[in-house]
Amino acid sequence: MSKHFVIDGQKIPFEEGETVMDAALAAGVYIPHLCHNPEFHPHGSCRLCIVTVNGRHAAACITPAADNAVVENNSDVLMAQRRTLLQMLFVEGNHQCPACEKSGACQLQAVAYYCGMLAPELTHLYPVRDIDASHPDVAIDFNRCILCELCVRASRDVDGKDVFAISGRGIGAHLAVNSKSGKLGDSLFDAGDKAAHVCPVGAILQKHRGYDVPIGERLYDLEPISRVGDVAALEEDYNG
Amino acid sequence: MTHQASVEDVTADLLRQWSHDPFNLLQILIAVQQAFHHISSAAVDLIADKLSLPRANIEGVIGFYSFLHTQPRGLYDLLMSDNIVDQMSGSRELVGMLAQRLGVEPGTTREDGVVSLGYTSCTGMGDQGPAALVNNRTLTLLTPQRCEQIAKLIEKRMLLEEWPQELFAVGENIQRRDLLLDNDLQQGAAIDAVVSRGAEQVLSELEASGLRGRGGAGFRTALKWRFCRDASADERVVVCNADEGEPGTFKDRVLLQAYADRLFEGMTLCAGVIGASQGFLYLRAEYLYLLKELQQELQRRRDANLLGDSILGQAGFDFDIEIHLGAGAYICGEESALIESLEGKRGIPRIRPPFPVTEGYRGRPTVVNNVETLIAAAMIAVYGAEWFRSRGTPDSAGTKLLSISGDCKRPGVYEYPYGVSLETILRGCGAEDVQAVQVAGPAGQCVPPSEFDRSIAFEDLSTGGSLMVFGEQRDLLNAVENFTDFFVHESCGFCTPCRVGTTLLQKRLHKVVGGHATSEDLAVMSKIGSLMRESSHCGLGMTAANPILGSIEKFPEIYEAQLKSTGFEPAFDLDAALEEARQISGRDDAGAHIEGGGV
Repeated sequence: MSKHFVIDGQKIPFEEGETVMDAALAAGVYIPHLCHNPEFHPHGSCRLCIVTVNGRHAAACITPAADNAVVENNSDVLMAQRRTLLQMLFVEGNHQCPACEKSGACQLQAVAYYCGMLAPELTHLYPVRDIDASHPDVAIDFNRCILCELCVRASRDVDGKDVFAISGRGIGAHLAVNSKSGKLGDSLFDAGDKAAHVCPVGAILQKHRGYDVPIGERLYDLEPISRVGDVAALEEDYNG
Repeated sequence: MTHQASVEDVTADLLRQWSHDPFNLLQILIAVQQAFHHISSAAVDLIADKLSLPRANIEGVIGFYSFLHTQPRGLYDLLMSDNIVDQMSGSRELVGMLAQRLGVEPGTTREDGVVSLGYTSCTGMGDQGPAALVNNRTLTLLTPQRCEQIAKLIEKRMLLEEWPQELFAVGENIQRRDLLLDNDLQQGAAIDAVVSRGAEQVLSELEASGLRGRGGAGFRTALKWRFCRDASADERVVVCNADEGEPGTFKDRVLLQAYADRLFEGMTLCAGVIGASQGFLYLRAEYLYLLKELQQELQRRRDANLLGDSILGQAGFDFDIEIHLGAGAYICGEESALIESLEGKRGIPRIRPPFPVTEGYRGRPTVVNNVETLIAAAMIAVYGAEWFRSRGTPDSAGTKLLSISGDCKRPGVYEYPYGVSLETILRGCGAEDVQAVQVAGPAGQCVPPSEFDRSIAFEDLSTGGSLMVFGEQRDLLNAVENFTDFFVHESCGFCTPCRVGTTLLQKRLHKVVGGHATSEDLAVMSKIGSLMRESSHCGLGMTAANPILGSIEKFPEIYEAQLKSTGFEPAFDLDAALEEARQISGRDDAGAHIEGGGV
């Protein structure tokens, strides 16, 4: 008999070596996440996918599935904790949804809606961050970066270019661009790179296209993220 | 302190010395920093080119470690240890005095580039503070007179080598000896045990002894060694964690200074048991003063055939130890972050599993043990399990070295059997009128007098060795603030709850200290703290809220006195928020201020 674990009462089969997240996604069970993207090696930094496994907290994306484990995903406690984590991400950067081109197709916003976050109640940090518009085709708004490192992983593991890295430490940790000037325009970055198409928020944005899809008709305007899935996986369909 | 050699030449030399190996990046950067007081863009270019590493990755490593800089530090880089115990002995006043005397604001470098002044996390000199580092060299027992002397030496541009040696003197300060420190260990005796009796026999002895990791986590040492020994691999690695960063602890410093031979004995024993050929001592940058002596000790052991090829004539028993320095990052005391750092990277704790015992340094099975653990293992191999079990409790065998500092007559290192009560310890070090004892550093617990009958043991108060005493006269909220600031500084920034949570807690706590908080703020701190405890990626984040959570629970009175009775207070000071506008408009009259911060 194949191995399985139980998530919120639902039996989930899994193969040896799969994580709780892998198996849950394959079975159509949504676990909120931001830094996870099945195309890349799991990262475990956003912690949005915290679940309890046999009563202990664990990040689903990096926790190996175990036979007969009892996993809690949609409990009130976990959803409340996710809301606080989301609030942390919102107050850490400068996220002005109404003025953001990614609004409606932003995973941070969509997960926040899904988890029932209504307002960023924590103290805003209002960091002073730059916008890098030096590249002809793509701009980076560091105000919106949530340090998921998907662009770092995509550029390193798929594009083979190492355009991005993380520098600094603690609350000062930040995305850095690999060029002498530190500017994207001076790096090897290309709009066709995988790294240009994995950002879950509005930090890495294609230039020369503004509000092609009207607000109200965007990805997560129509259906919740738990049904639609990650924006990166749908990028081609959605953005053409 | 002057240097004619070019950045290019020195960097090229260093690259050669470290075999052009990207895994040695951190060691190369440390040496460049030492030689030129910063790592210039030109040096980064050269290293990036020769090691085929992206520039941004190198800058990412520089940006991670407190003691590496892309902008020049002063020729004299003076950093005062900022642990609460240093503060209690007047460190902050001394910095104020030095700032005035040298004409440099704390946290900056003087315009002529001669001196930088600032603070750094606990330097491991809690028993002889206030302590500081000058170009990573340890200064102890600072007084206004000594600081005056130091200021003069700096203004005269006297080379560090010519400074009076007593400024750098570090006392051993062993106050109580027991099983480990009271018994001799003949050089080579532990290694001989594994050579003559075999690995399995030594492991059984270690298992029977019940030895558990002395760094604080308490994992069974024999089990760790066995996992590593059983992992399939061609090469295995032994790492000694000498990144003693927990504020208030310094017992490893004493062991490294006075018992290094036993430590290397323990590492070699471990190598013999698990079949490792490569060993590392990861030494925190703050203990740079020990480096030369440790290297000499290694050489003496090589000369005695206790390191190198065919140790003690045993064909195939090849093992040597290399010392790697840290560069100012508390998180590197976490074993997987330490391994990342050994590999020349940012010290971000790894995802586990896999654990280091199966995939550690360069993917090789690796044992990472604390200094004290390795020494205890060496002693057990010689004296036996029963000897070790003659002290301690059934779950916590043997003795524990404690670093005692703060308000007591005799600070220093105390070796006590596990199971010893706080009461006994406090009496032993001459602590009177004690308000609280911080056990296991900021990540540990603050224990009130009503619980002084509790004991040091894995099953009760588990500790890596830090024990800070607070007398009645102290404001405990200062300590809570100090510890909270420490975690803001030392969070690696990888996971959301720790990266953001530490700063949010700091801001709320400042609101409390400033007298602007309400009970609602305590509730928010508790919510953030519990989330950090349950959702963080590693132990640092899981414990970073302990100072606040623990003190709210055990010392509620220190908060109550600070709280306002109103239901809500704004999170920011409206008047302070207008500062930028005042600067832009050049106004500072009464009309440009909001009285009382708008509250």
